[in-house]
Amino acid sequence: MMTKRQNIMYTLAALVVFAGILFLLDENLGAYPKRIFILAGIYVTLALSLNLINGFTGLFTLGHAGFMAVGAYTCALLTMPPDLKTMNFFLKPIVPFLANVQWPFLPALLMGGVLAGVIGFLIAAPVLRLRDDYLAIATLGFGEIIRIIFTNTQSLTNGALGLKGLPRFTTVWWSWGIAAVTVFFMVNLINSSYGKAFKAIREDEVAAEAMGINLFKHKVISFTIGSVIAGIGGALMGHLLGAIDPLMFRFLMTFNILLIVVLGGIGSITGSVIGAVIVTIVMEALRVLDGTMHLGFMTIAGKPGMRMVIFSALLMAVVILYQKGLMGRNEFTWDGFFQRLHRMSGRKKR
Amino acid sequence: MSVQLFFQHLANGLSLGSLYALIAIGYTMVYGILRLINFAHGEIFMIGVYIAFYLVTLFVLPWFAAFVVALGITCILGMGVERIAYRPLRDHPRISVMISAIGASFFIQNLAIVVFGGRPKTFPVPPVFGKIITIGGVNIVSITFIIPIITFIALAILLFIVNKTKTGMAMRAVSTDHETARLMAIDVDIIISITFAIGSGLAAIGGIMWGLKYPQLLPIMGLIPGLKCFIAAVVGGIGNIKGAVLGGFLLGLMEIMIIAFLPSLSGYRDAFAFILLIVILLVRPSGILGSVQGEKV
Repeated sequence: MMTKRQNIMYTLAALVVFAGILFLLDENLGAYPKRIFILAGIYVTLALSLNLINGFTGLFTLGHAGFMAVGAYTCALLTMPPDLKTMNFFLKPIVPFLANVQWPFLPALLMGGVLAGVIGFLIAAPVLRLRDDYLAIATLGFGEIIRIIFTNTQSLTNGALGLKGLPRFTTVWWSWGIAAVTVFFMVNLINSSYGKAFKAIREDEVAAEAMGINLFKHKVISFTIGSVIAGIGGALMGHLLGAIDPLMFRFLMTFNILLIVVLGGIGSITGSVIGAVIVTIVMEALRVLDGTMHLGFMTIAGKPGMRMVIFSALLMAVVILYQKGLMGRNEFTWDGFFQRLHRMSGRKKR
Repeated sequence: MSVQLFFQHLANGLSLGSLYALIAIGYTMVYGILRLINFAHGEIFMIGVYIAFYLVTLFVLPWFAAFVVALGITCILGMGVERIAYRPLRDHPRISVMISAIGASFFIQNLAIVVFGGRPKTFPVPPVFGKIITIGGVNIVSITFIIPIITFIALAILLFIVNKTKTGMAMRAVSTDHETARLMAIDVDIIISITFAIGSGLAAIGGIMWGLKYPQLLPIMGLIPGLKCFIAAVVGGIGNIKGAVLGGFLLGLMEIMIIAFLPSLSGYRDAFAFILLIVILLVRPSGILGSVQGEKV
């Protein structure tokens, strides 16, 4: 067993190495691979936020895209320069109190998270009295309602036209920095008394209540924190893509994140991180399927959309055949890591 | 608003409500038996319309034959979805089954985009259904009347099957308790398959009539009606067939009437159903006709 201090040292060392890798990738990657790499970091953040609610607290929610939309729109409207806003809002001028605001990225990002959290908190109060499927469908409903409201509030969100030309603030450092902070926060949260209460609720609500856990309070806390992180993730995504519109935040978006969580392991932080990276890369790699393929002796005409077919088949295969996902509920620990190293070196000697 | 216009809206609301009712029955039956939201139900509805479309346009079948064949194929498809996506997970936690259901829904939808193409197609409406009937100054397309009539015929047949036949009795038994039903020598798997077949068949009927009334086909057309019909089933009291019908009519009428009286809200059309759902879940979670059950510990 390792002491706590050793653990911290190793983690710090790993962080330094990680920062070094980020620096190298940031310097050397081309524009396209870099974008995918940034996207992976954002998906890490998003997957963790969904995993907190779904995996650790056992509340099956499907409204994540709605909170992302709140975060993305808030951050975008706060950071866009005034002349860009007038260019975007050509159908109907923007509401006056937003017209001349221009915040730096970090406060706007945090504001996006806060607003998403406020909305999450307001929704949590009525919805979290429900359970299982009802909860899922009600949160899905709220997610859709948020999207429909955004489509119709022309002077606030520019409606279906969306916002274009957002400043591209999201760099490798922002995306992976926020991801690292989220991981750190999640690890501490899950190991705190709150995290233990969340897991108790997941395992058995009645038993948890009997142990003196305030079910409703803890569910609301988990849901709200999840929404805050989702809002921040959404904001990061908006400033990576440079354009947002309500259609982006359909149920499909939630589905993508759900896929990451399921693939990585429902209730595993490590799993979500690995899942996010794998899914993002595979999603891009599968783009080959959408174009025309040359196999030397024959040419397969690509079918646009084939990628998503394979993708949804993948999710079903994971759920049906390999329920636990990559990590199950296990986490990465230095102890486990070194034990595995020992075993591997031991095998080599023989 | 003039009286004529009101009746026009009423007729439209009733026919939309009948369509919702037909699809909602599929949700409610599956939920009654498996305690599972069959997310793929909306996609089965969509496939039903597309099959009918291709049978008419590509295979040049007469429309009534095409509709019957489409109905049959859709039933088989529904059973297939159950066999592949739900049966392997029957004893697993409900969250896994639900994720699988969502996966199945997206799979079918994306496959439809690849196979059928993403561009909208126009459903060939036979002239019988497109005739304009004038009653007391109200002009109504004949399909608006035909939909509720067919819905009631289908409903009568369904209620007969569920309440009077041996299969129906077995279905009710399975929905009460799988294990006990098995002990009574009921083949639970077959009964579940039959339930899916019936639900999908009704979805296909609903889908084809949907195509006749709103003749624009899109691979994503199943998503929103699917969700709304699930809401209709919950509103009426899930697991209860009559409740699903009631919920369907309520939802259809509400949607049309709100837009008729408050046209400025038409952009929020798809949100009404969700708002109704949330209100119902908070006020009366078991639905209008559902029985209130104590929580099991």
